[in-house]
Amino acid sequence: MSHPSQAEITEQVKVLFDEIFDRATPLSKKEQLAIPPQMMPAQDEEIRSHNLDEVAIGYSPEQARIEAMRCIQCAKPSCISDCPVEINIPGFIKNIADNNFQGAIDIIKETSLLPSICGRVCPQETQCQISCATGKFNKDVDKAVAIGRLERFVADWEREQGTIAPPEVKPETGKKVAIVGSGPAGLVVAADVRREGHDVTVFEAFHKLGGVMRYGIPEFRLPNEIIDQEVSTLNQMGVKFEKNFVVGRTRKLLDLMKKDKFDSVFVGTGAGLPMFMGIDGEDLVGVFSANEYLTRANLMQAYDEKNSTTPFYHSKNVAVLGGGNVAMDAARMALRLGAENVYVVYRRTEKEMPARVEEVEHAKEEGVQFLFLQNAKTIKGDDKAHVVGLECLRYQLGEPDDSGRRRPVVIDGSEFMLDVDTVIVAIGNGSNPLVSQTTPELEVNKWGNLIVNDKMKTSVDGVYAGGDIVLGAATVILAMGEGRKAAAAINEYLT
Amino acid sequence: MAKILHKEQLSADVYLMRVHAPLIVEERKAGQFIILQTDEEFGERIPLTIADASEEENSITLIFQVVGKTTTELSEFNVGDNLPVLVGPLGEPTHIKKYGKVVCVGGGIGVAPLHPIAQALKAAGNEVTTIIGARNKELIILEKEMKEIATELIICTDDGSYGRKALVTEPLEELCKNEATKPDMVIAIGPPIMMKFCSLTTKPYNVYTQVSLNTIMVDGTGMCGGCRVNVGNEVKFVCVDGPEFDGHLVDFDNMMARLNSFKEIETEANHKCHIDKEFEAKMEETK
Ligand SMILES: Cc1cc2nc3c(=O)[nH]c(=O)nc-3n(C[C@H](O)[C@H](O)[C@H](O)COP(=O)(O)OP(=O)(O)OC[C@H]3O[C@@H](n4cnc5c(N)ncnc54)[C@H](O)[C@@H]3O)c2cc1C
Ligand SMILES: Cc1cc2nc3c(=O)[nH]c(=O)nc-3n(C[C@H](O)[C@H](O)[C@H](O)COP(=O)(O)OP(=O)(O)OC[C@H]3O[C@@H](n4cnc5c(N)ncnc54)[C@H](O)[C@@H]3O)c2cc1C
Ligand code: SF4
Ligand code: SF4
Ligand code: FES
Repeated sequence: MSHPSQAEITEQVKVLFDEIFDRATPLSKKEQLAIPPQMMPAQDEEIRSHNLDEVAIGYSPEQARIEAMRCIQCAKPSCISDCPVEINIPGFIKNIADNNFQGAIDIIKETSLLPSICGRVCPQETQCQISCATGKFNKDVDKAVAIGRLERFVADWEREQGTIAPPEVKPETGKKVAIVGSGPAGLVVAADVRREGHDVTVFEAFHKLGGVMRYGIPEFRLPNEIIDQEVSTLNQMGVKFEKNFVVGRTRKLLDLMKKDKFDSVFVGTGAGLPMFMGIDGEDLVGVFSANEYLTRANLMQAYDEKNSTTPFYHSKNVAVLGGGNVAMDAARMALRLGAENVYVVYRRTEKEMPARVEEVEHAKEEGVQFLFLQNAKTIKGDDKAHVVGLECLRYQLGEPDDSGRRRPVVIDGSEFMLDVDTVIVAIGNGSNPLVSQTTPELEVNKWGNLIVNDKMKTSVDGVYAGGDIVLGAATVILAMGEGRKAAAAINEYLT
Repeated sequence: MAKILHKEQLSADVYLMRVHAPLIVEERKAGQFIILQTDEEFGERIPLTIADASEEENSITLIFQVVGKTTTELSEFNVGDNLPVLVGPLGEPTHIKKYGKVVCVGGGIGVAPLHPIAQALKAAGNEVTTIIGARNKELIILEKEMKEIATELIICTDDGSYGRKALVTEPLEELCKNEATKPDMVIAIGPPIMMKFCSLTTKPYNVYTQVSLNTIMVDGTGMCGGCRVNVGNEVKFVCVDGPEFDGHLVDFDNMMARLNSFKEIETEANHKCHIDKEFEAKMEETK
């Protein structure tokens, strides 16, 4: 598979831009719907599979304005209600079309605090873009207005202007709020609560901030620079950060209130406990959870072999089990760490894969090999307990199940061996065990996720929670949405 | 940032450091550990047990053996230097209660984590017998400190340069055999191979044996799964469920294989820890 080069895209854009914006009369709806969807310029696949730089380069201003013209400004826009935080999408897109980028970003920021991140990592094709009128008209969700890319464009534009002023902070109230975890949920709560003038401290177990955005999602999808920018804005607002601090261990959660006099606590500790398949051989040397693999690569910078001291496994042939974003990231990272063959083994078909479409495309372009309707049966090891192969089974689609999806059924006797030395398990995460284990007062459900009410309050007064620790492994935008809700409740609680 | 207040070399490869860490001092209990980095940007995260703590000085004591890159770098830190990353206390504390007769077995550097546990067991009213094993006299650490706690202290060296010329499993077996000295509980901390054979020694006598596992770790919060071990056919995470487990249930062979996951990568030149190798050789001989 190949992607048009940046030069080709630029050439097409020039022609189209003049056609659209140099005319005397505005475009008709029909003409708008006929504008071709704008491709995302990307780094050349040969080059990028050997570097950590961001793959998607981003729209040029001209390209963004063309894409913005594809939005027909629906009277009842479905995109707004399909966005978990209900951004005024036609509103900001209109401003982009009109060349008012500042106006566009101002609208987004009324509801979203991390647009440069969500624009990059939201699964748009199942959210804001899923029932977009333009996509419906073209009978293809991939031809919807590229809302996420436009969001990213204006957020990047603003950052490049270097004029981002930190939000205004109200006079100090003297109230103290502790935030546990510096993932998107925690960072958003920090911003919203600090704005009201409360004293905010974020506690983070790791030595770097950003949660999964830092240690899970690789640089080639979400550059660290963007997370640093968000953190620096919070710093300018006066938010304090305590790194290398494990709440529940360094301090018991409730002692933050009892001993350290915090008036309220927000728990945003994210997902934890990677799940395994429960198949034979999963304890062999060379089997990793995607979390471990990606943490070594991202947070501990294993790709920087010259400087990094974290050990990483020198793999030749890698099997990744799973079909979500985590699996895509692990597979693409394995290529970048030097693997020759990387297989994604997925039990269903491509259509059911939960990963973002763009990531699947990028992975294919980079050479990741997809084994659909196949699943791992056992992992084989040698006498030193090192992985030497993966025994797989083939599946076919059977009768539809309750969800209407055709259930994959194993084909008897279809076992075959995949020659691999590394297996990365990316089939999801359970809940972070530490906080609930050390704070029995907090009520959890049977999966270990914290139980909250409609205001994100836990079973303990003053303690709120949100993000993956409540939802199970979810998304950045959902974590952010819950964070905003929790922050509003905390602000209300403190007045 | 955690300032190093004291540094001392206990034996050829073993160092003791006291590090300023008021929050950890306040919360830590016997059996817990910390994770540190010698470099915030690129450093590896390594776990070390909290061997002791001082409330007056607000410091924790770390005793470590130089085995590879990070422990070598750590040994080059001096008094007054700051450790860029120190996080803890981690892990579940040892379950301390009155068992009656307790035997504490420490192998090599394992005596360091054993010390606070022995101390706490003694304070809980147990009669503590201690067995310390090392390759030679040079490598025995904390003898004086252990003597203060133990009713009886047995020292074994592989080469007979001090105490008995034996592996720690020998006196352990003798204690188990004799009804008068049969322990109500054994706690063994040392190289995995030593913990494995201590567990095998006590099993026929049905003596509950607790071991402290030193798996590879990254985060220490239950996120990465790097520290997973098989205990009684269940997957357990050493950093949140452990580090201590029932030795009769631990799959040591798998744990040892996994500990060596990165061995070929971490240059052999860096590898100075021979105790486990010698123990292994010895065990093969005695089979
Ligand atoms: C590899 C990967 C790829 C992903 N790709 C996407 C994507 O493309 N799009 C998308 O929308 N979502 C994606 N996700 C999911 C998304 O990243 C998460 O849903 C989101 O980050 C959850 O945010 P959070 O704030 O709840 O928690 P997290 O981001 O998990 O942050 C929790 C933070 O809390 C810290 N912490 C934990 N315990 C403690 C404690 N006891 N004390 C102090 N600190 C603690 C952790 O170290 C961490 O920094 C991906 C996830 C992974 C793993
Ligand atoms: C809970 C816990 C408590 C520990 N307490 C102590 C202590 O009090 N004192 C002490 O000296 N050591 C202790 N260890 C072991 C210590 O963490 C390792 O020696 C250290 O990580 C090695 O790091 P390195 O970079 O110097 O060596 P590396 O270069 O990483 O490795 C050198 C060799 O050491 C082995 N190794 C690597 N990581 C570990 C590990 N986590 N555990 C054991 N062996 C490992 C490998 O086989 C490797 O070949 C503890 C480990 C755990 C999990
Ligand atoms: S649904 Fe699509 S076309 Fe309609 S307003 Fe939203 S983005 Fe524009
Ligand atoms: S936040 Fe996510 S879902 Fe909402 S408009 Fe932006 S990209 Fe779409
Ligand atoms: S060290 Fe990562 S889960 Fe235990």
